Amino acid sequence: MSEPRLVEVRKNVLKQNDVIARGLRDRFRAAGVFVVSLVSSPGSGKTTFLEKTLTWLQPRYRVAALVGDLATENDAKRLARSNAPVKQITTGTLCHLEAAMVQRALEGWNLQELDFLFIENVGNLVCPSSYDLGENLRFVLLSVTEGEDKPLKYPTIFNSADVAIVTKIELAAAVEFDWEAARKSIQSVRPGMQVFRLSAKTGQGMEEYFGFLAERLEELRVKVQV
Amino acid sequence: MLAAFRAMHELSIAMSIVETAQEEAERRGVQVTAVHLRLGALSGVVKDALFFSYQIACQDTPLAGSRLIVEDLPVIVFCPRCQAKRTLSSVQCFECPECRMPTGDIVQGKELEVFALEVEE
Repeated sequence: MSEPRLVEVRKNVLKQNDVIARGLRDRFRAAGVFVVSLVSSPGSGKTTFLEKTLTWLQPRYRVAALVGDLATENDAKRLARSNAPVKQITTGTLCHLEAAMVQRALEGWNLQELDFLFIENVGNLVCPSSYDLGENLRFVLLSVTEGEDKPLKYPTIFNSADVAIVTKIELAAAVEFDWEAARKSIQSVRPGMQVFRLSAKTGQGMEEYFGFLAERLEELRVKVQV
Repeated sequence: MLAAFRAMHELSIAMSIVETAQEEAERRGVQVTAVHLRLGALSGVVKDALFFSYQIACQDTPLAGSRLIVEDLPVIVFCPRCQAKRTLSSVQCFECPECRMPTGDIVQGKELEVFALEVEE
């Protein structure tokens, strides 16, 4: 038997996902739909936040959502109250969404009929970080009840996200949430990251966030036309 | 046990590694004895979980019994003030270790790459 030898390969392990994600991104762009994905730990208020977002955007824009969940369809049922088209992606035991699941879930959808598409990932601050879903922006949600140092504990997911949303601020005083400490830990793992502080329950801070979404769609439409 | 373990994404990543290595091995007509992986500090992969998953993923494949060798890659950022690449000692603090300028301009650290294979003919 010959001596073992070393051969250089240089293959990206997630290439398959990245290729599908790139295909999705091209499709989204061609259709002029702005795509946002949401990641957070379980219980940070993703579904309430998304429900309010869909309800508010509905009269002005054409919106839809894909919702990843391990086993139940409860989230999709809650979101359906907004009257926006909502499709559940049940991942079984898988802890994150992959681009191929998004691609499958979109079969039969005419993306040109949409302005915004939201993709709610499985509640998990570790696994979703490695998987590109073809989204324009990734939002990471952090509720005031989770502690200000969460970004330092999960730097990879915060680093992979584009925008941080601090949720449940109506509870900030009750849990003695230290905004300055939270701001510092976010900026430490992702310098320059845009942050919104809001309450989906009371509506506080939502207006500014909706304005941000509207601007992003405007920008996209200008780019696509050019 | 396997089903519960799938709740970590390292198993699906290990399976992709095995698949990638096996494709290359078949193309070259060789047997793989070890896989060299380059793993960035921001890859989102937990190394210990990956080692464990690799053994499971190799079972009943031509790679059974092969070793996984991981090269850890630290995060390297570009500092706009120093106009230089700098290595970060922690993924919790994205600032230039020399001048303390915050920077998120990542040059290295997201790698998850089968870099090389140790093979026998």
